[in-house]
Amino acid sequence: MKEATLTSWQDKTRQIAQGIRRRVLDFTIRNNGGYLSQACSSAELLATLYTRIMHIGESQAPRIPPPFPGVPSKTNPHYFSGAAYNGPHAPEYDRFFISPVHCALALYALLVELGRMDAQGLDMFNKDGGTVEMIGAEHSPGHELMAGSLGQALSQAAGIALARRLKGHSGRNWVFMSDGEFWIGQTWEAVETLVFYKLDSVGVYIDANGQSADGKIETVMEIGSLKDRLTAFGARVFEVDGHDVESLAAPAELPPDGRPLFVIARTNPCQGIPLLEERRPRLHYVRFKDEAEKQRYREFLMTLEGGTHGA
Amino acid sequence: MALESRVHARKLVEWAKDRPEVVVFSADLTSSTEVDLFRDTYPERFYSFGMTEQNMMSFAGGMAREGYTPFVHTFAVFLYRRALDQISMSIAYPNLPVRIFGFLPGITTPGGATHQAIDDLAIMRAIPNMTVVETGDATEVESVFDAIQPIRGPVYIRQLRGDIPRLFDPAEPLQIGKSRILSQGEDIALFSSGICTEEALKVTTALRDAGVSVYHAHVNTLKPFNSQEAIEIASQVKYGVITFENHIIIGGLGAAVAESLAEAGVGKRLVRIGLQDTYAHGGNKAYLMKYYGLDALSLVRRIEQLLGRNLEIEESDLQITVQQPVRSASKAEDL
Repeated sequence: MKEATLTSWQDKTRQIAQGIRRRVLDFTIRNNGGYLSQACSSAELLATLYTRIMHIGESQAPRIPPPFPGVPSKTNPHYFSGAAYNGPHAPEYDRFFISPVHCALALYALLVELGRMDAQGLDMFNKDGGTVEMIGAEHSPGHELMAGSLGQALSQAAGIALARRLKGHSGRNWVFMSDGEFWIGQTWEAVETLVFYKLDSVGVYIDANGQSADGKIETVMEIGSLKDRLTAFGARVFEVDGHDVESLAAPAELPPDGRPLFVIARTNPCQGIPLLEERRPRLHYVRFKDEAEKQRYREFLMTLEGGTHGA
Repeated sequence: MALESRVHARKLVEWAKDRPEVVVFSADLTSSTEVDLFRDTYPERFYSFGMTEQNMMSFAGGMAREGYTPFVHTFAVFLYRRALDQISMSIAYPNLPVRIFGFLPGITTPGGATHQAIDDLAIMRAIPNMTVVETGDATEVESVFDAIQPIRGPVYIRQLRGDIPRLFDPAEPLQIGKSRILSQGEDIALFSSGICTEEALKVTTALRDAGVSVYHAHVNTLKPFNSQEAIEIASQVKYGVITFENHIIIGGLGAAVAESLAEAGVGKRLVRIGLQDTYAHGGNKAYLMKYYGLDALSLVRRIEQLLGRNLEIEESDLQITVQQPVRSASKAEDL
């Protein structure tokens, strides 16, 4: 207890971020592949959202993720939402929406770090008949929307935000996005709509890691200055170091001013795991070339604080 | 029989060598749709679009109007769902020769509902001027290039990637509008397409041993659909017709067969095997095929229903059609 009171939120958040990396690296080694760079870039961003920025309640979901309940339909009363891991829906609580669900593994690791999901849940990743899906679906822990066809979550969140405003909710609506999604026309349609309807309860954190499936974003399709573009659209924009938890948290502490908030978090897809640098420019999915490479990652994992973790 | 890998990648490079009008488009899925080899071989004919599928489709229409032949590549699900209006108005209406390659058909991906093209055939068939083709093995993946070359309008190809079996003799290329007759029989007509044909072949021997005579046709052209052929085959069998597809039962192969038989007044019972009007979820291919009733044993059970008797065929009676690799270099997870 004494130690807990002495630990600052910044230290705690940094520890959780490092825990995300450690768990995803451990998983990637055991699975012989995984979305590792996404965890490296988004770790502080996700950890700061959950520990400092978002006002959410206790998880309402079982610690061990339940099996696949079938898809939503008139005849399926068993379907459930992965959003229950983010606490109850209530007027005063914030909501969280993950858009680049290829980062699901990092989100699952975070839920474990926070005690919202059991470590066993991570072992259920991409297992047949489970809900801890590789590309997160809305029944997957921590997920609320179907977002794997990228660029749709922001518009959905905007609709939710407008509905919540009509209902008088005070809770805010946080969307986690990737920079690659700013290639997509719908993303800009959503931005202009957020501005038009003055939806300042929407806050968007962008993991600007400069990476897409094909490699470096500017070699696939140039998007120029995200900050200038978003500002020109009328959004309230901040550009921060995406690995600095204080810089990440600061924009969310400002009172809303009528404009949707966009925080461009400049991140490094190899942050915390320097071995990944060798794999540039293709970092989208890490699969080890051979046993020797895997061994080097294994040795690196052992050097991380805490080493390997148990279930 | 062994699996072959990156068949599309190699064939495209070879086939497009002396066809300077062929340009390849990619929407941030270059290696996932096997056009990385083309990009590296003919960089001046490769165009990267990022995730701008709507823009990419209309852009393809523009280049096609100027005499180029865009070969547009992405996951099947993203092209018809994200850019349907653009396909219709920028490509199909002016009947432009754009080749649209859609990968990861149906439940062949662990990516879940957002990545599974389960209704692409229904939607693409409904587009005027569109030709719709689905490949079922390495021979078809290779020979589809020559087969569609004479078609003057747009073509949608539901293409396979990664490790795929070679079920058919390379000397017998895919022909538009012509099914492959895999067995002849009098009891049941079976029309299968795509990966379901390989699945059906696993039970061919067991069915014969059980005394069931199956007329089995592998269909690769969904539009224009060869109704005459379907009518002739269906008319010959005693018990009924089965369609077997990696797609919802609405609008695909089952629908094409049903439309043909009904219009001709062929009164046969019809069993449509496919996804029963449902979205799917993520998982490996074998699990999903079983879960959604698209595996060989599910086919047997449906044949039993049609015949009204138990054939006593079990898992151990299934024939192994291809040798599975111990560890594949293909990345099923790379989405």
